[in-house]
Amino acid sequence: MAYDGYEPALPAADIPFTIKILIAGGFGAGKTTLVSSVSEIRPLRTEEVLSERGESVDSLDGVEQKSTTTVAMDFGRITIRQDLVVYLFGTPGQQRFWFMWDELAYGALGAVVMADTRRLADCFPSVDYFERHDMPFVVAVNCFDGVRRYPLDSVRRALDLSTNSPVVLCDARRRESCRDVLVTLAEHALLRHSRSPEALPAG
Amino acid sequence: MFPSDDHPGEQWVDQDAGPVVRPYALTGGRTRPTGEKVDLLALVCAVRGTSVDLSQLEHEQLLMLGLCRVPRPTADLAADLDLPLGVVRILISDLRERGLVTIHRPAPVGLTDPKILKDVADGLRRI
Repeated sequence: MAYDGYEPALPAADIPFTIKILIAGGFGAGKTTLVSSVSEIRPLRTEEVLSERGESVDSLDGVEQKSTTTVAMDFGRITIRQDLVVYLFGTPGQQRFWFMWDELAYGALGAVVMADTRRLADCFPSVDYFERHDMPFVVAVNCFDGVRRYPLDSVRRALDLSTNSPVVLCDARRRESCRDVLVTLAEHALLRHSRSPEALPAG
Repeated sequence: MFPSDDHPGEQWVDQDAGPVVRPYALTGGRTRPTGEKVDLLALVCAVRGTSVDLSQLEHEQLLMLGLCRVPRPTADLAADLDLPLGVVRILISDLRERGLVTIHRPAPVGLTDPKILKDVADGLRRI
């Protein structure tokens, strides 16, 4: 028998709202630490068959010649209410995994970009991506022990943000600090929505 | 490369190869689900009271049916079953074809509903 649609088997009221937040940033910037500080964390594996787009040479036809690539993402869950759950996805940072970002970003509330002031340039690709896709994001400057602190204004200037995205300090090891970052993101998304709903991208 | 009779001693699987039974063995070698791709946060929900014969199902599919007695997102099922997303998507599509689960598209509420955004901000403040 053919399956013929997406009719809910349950009353709509029983279907929870699921919210997606991305945690991006360079390698070692504190993505895993943030996700584990603030949520119930588990690894999420994807094993993707590389398409022609992801592979420069793909001239052989047999399935056994296709290569797969495995990505392990940090995946966290925060249950706000029984019917409202926030999922955190630590985005794979390396360039060869960027084919996954569009799917991860689809329908997301927004993103946290973790930054390490010793290697600030590592977070530029993430900032570029979210600016280009007009997605709300917050830059969280992770305060590593023994690292010189810079005023947030100078970090913002160095990042050359083209939007009014918040830049905040955080200690990824501390739950309250990570919570505050997520609250800042949700409030920023809400503010953007209330100020210019018509400016949101149509699709 | 597969081992051949010409090179009986050739070692073609080493420790970097990962699990010897590759995850796609569960899907009969298929790497794409039938039908459209199931979203990361699509909610999967077991259909109650079906008369479908369950004896043909993989062990992992039976586990999955147990997990989604309450609606569960695809990514959640993959993490709980410790299986790659691609494999879980195929297993879910198969269950859907047999009429054992329904799949509900996630609403992109983050972009459209200020009330939900406010609930998220308030809820996060309390964690």
